[in-house]
Amino acid sequence: MNVVIELAYVVAATLFVIGLKMLGRPDTARRGNLVSALAMLIAVVTTLLVAGLDYTWIVVGLLVGGAVGAVAARTVKMTQMPELVALLNGSGGAASLLVGWVEYLRAPDAGAITALSIYVAIVVGAVTVTGSLVAWAKLSERMTGKPMLFAGQKAVNGAILGGALLLGVLFVVAPAGAYPALLAVIVLGLALGVLAVLPIGGADMPIVISLLNSYSGVAAAAAGFAIGNSVLIVAGAMVGASGLILTQIMTKAMNRSLGNVLFSGFGAGAAGSASAVEGEIKPITPDDAYYVLEAASSVLVVPGYGMAVAQAQHVVKELADLLEANGAEVRYAIHPVAGRMPGHMNVLLAEANVAYEQLVEPEDVNPTMELVDVALVIGANDVVNPAAREDPASPLFGMPIIDVDRARTTFVLKRSMNPGFSGVENPLFYKPNTRMLFGDAKATLGSLVAEFKEVVA
Amino acid sequence: MTILLLFVFVLAVFLGFELINKVPSQLHTPLMSGTNAISGITLVGALAATAIEGTFGTLLATLAVVFATVNVVGGYLVTDRMFGMFEGGARGGRSDDGAGAREG
Repeated sequence: MNVVIELAYVVAATLFVIGLKMLGRPDTARRGNLVSALAMLIAVVTTLLVAGLDYTWIVVGLLVGGAVGAVAARTVKMTQMPELVALLNGSGGAASLLVGWVEYLRAPDAGAITALSIYVAIVVGAVTVTGSLVAWAKLSERMTGKPMLFAGQKAVNGAILGGALLLGVLFVVAPAGAYPALLAVIVLGLALGVLAVLPIGGADMPIVISLLNSYSGVAAAAAGFAIGNSVLIVAGAMVGASGLILTQIMTKAMNRSLGNVLFSGFGAGAAGSASAVEGEIKPITPDDAYYVLEAASSVLVVPGYGMAVAQAQHVVKELADLLEANGAEVRYAIHPVAGRMPGHMNVLLAEANVAYEQLVEPEDVNPTMELVDVALVIGANDVVNPAAREDPASPLFGMPIIDVDRARTTFVLKRSMNPGFSGVENPLFYKPNTRMLFGDAKATLGSLVAEFKEVVA
Repeated sequence: MTILLLFVFVLAVFLGFELINKVPSQLHTPLMSGTNAISGITLVGALAATAIEGTFGTLLATLAVVFATVNVVGGYLVTDRMFGMFEGGARGGRSDDGAGAREG
C-alpha cells in the first residue's frame, strides 16, 4: 500500500512540473493550470487513503475551505485581484504553520532536523500570514498605503528577528522540552510579518506579493521536510523559486534592489525634497481634449493603478473602439509594475476584452514615442515620471519608464494634484505638451465617449 | 532519508527557476495565483495531520485543512477565470465561456 501511495506522489510531482512549465507559456497556460490542479487532486486523494485519518473533520474542513475558496474566486472583482491573491497567500502560510505545529504535538521528541523543519515552517508560515494580512489591508485601503515608519523600527525588527533565531536554536537543540519556545516563536513570527510589511509603500506591493508567494512555497516545503513528504517538498520548492523570479522581475522593472524595497521605507520622507519643478499645470476640459483626440491618428493608452481604482477599464475600451472607428491606431503601454500586483493592468484590460496584440511593453514603444499623437495617461504616475530619466536626485532615478513626455501631446487623467503612492513629485505634469484632465477617470472618459457618440449621431 | 529529501528540494528549486525564467508580463498575475494554488499542497500535510490524538491537535489540524483548501480551491478557480478572460480578449472582444464577461 505504501508503494502505491509513494508512486502516486511521484505522478503528482511530475504533473506539477509539467503544469508549471505550461503555465509559463501563453498558449498552454490555461491547460497548465488544469494539469497542476489534477496533480493536486491526485496528491489529495492519495493522502486520503492513508490509514488513521480523522475523516469527519477532514470532510468538515474540505467543505468549509472549499466553499470559502470557491465563493471568493467566483465573486472577486478583477480590480480586487491583488487583495485576493494576498489573502490566498496568507491562508497557505497559515496552513503550513498549523501543519508544523501539529507535527510537533504529535512527536515532540523528533530529531534535530525535523525540529528545524518544523521551526522553519512555523516562522515562515507566520510571517506569510500577517505579512499578507497587512498587504491586504494596504491594498484594500483599510489602512494607509504610505510607508509606516517609527523611531527605532530597525532596532525593534532586529531584536524580534534575533529573538526568533535564538529561540529557534534552543528549540532545535532540545525540541522535547521546548514547547513554550515554539509558542513564543509563533508570536514573534506573526509580529515580524506585520513589522516587515508596514514600512513598504503601496506602489511596492507587486514586489511584496510575489515575495510572500515565494514564502508560502518555502513554508510548504519546510512542512514537507517536517512530515517527510516528498510531494510537499517538490511543489513547495518550485513555488518558492518561481516566486523569487517574479520578485526579481519586479525589482528590475523598478531598478531597485530587493533590500532597498524591503528596508528603505521608500518615499516616506522624500516627498518634495527632489529638485524644484519648473513650468505650470495646464488643465484642459474633456471638450477640448475631444478635438485633439478626434484629430489623432496614433493614441497610446498608459494605464495605472488609478484606472483600477476608478474601475475605468471598460470605458477605456469603449473609447478605444470609438477612436479606432475614427481611424486612429490605439495601443496600450503596460509597465511591468503598473498597478498593485504583477500583471495587474493585463488582467483588467483582458476583463474589458482588449485584444492582447494591442498591449505593448515600454521598451517596444519608447523608441517611436515621437510618432504618438496623444498619450492618454490614466491614473499612472511613477511609471511615467520623467524624473526617473532626468533627475539623479529623484528616488525614482534609473527606473525604466514609459516616455510619454516625448509624445506630441500627453493627457493625464488624475483625481487631483496629490502625488502618487510613492509621494514623488512628477515633472511630467508641468511639461509644455502635457494637459491635465482632472476628475474621476471613469467620468472623464465617459464624457469623451459621449462627445464621440454625439458627433456620430 | 533526510539527505534524499534535501536532494529533491535542491533539484526542485533549480527546476522552478528554469521553468519560470522568461514569462511574458501578461502571464504574471495568473502565474502568481497559479503557483499560489500549488503552494496549497500543504493540504496534503494538513490531511495527514488529522491523525493526531486529542482535541486541541484535531482543532489545529482541521483549521489547517480549512486554510489549505481555501488556498487550493480559490487559487485554481480564480486562475482559470483569469485565463478565460485572456482568451476572450485574444479573440477580439467576445468572451465565450462567460466567466469573465459576467463581471462586466
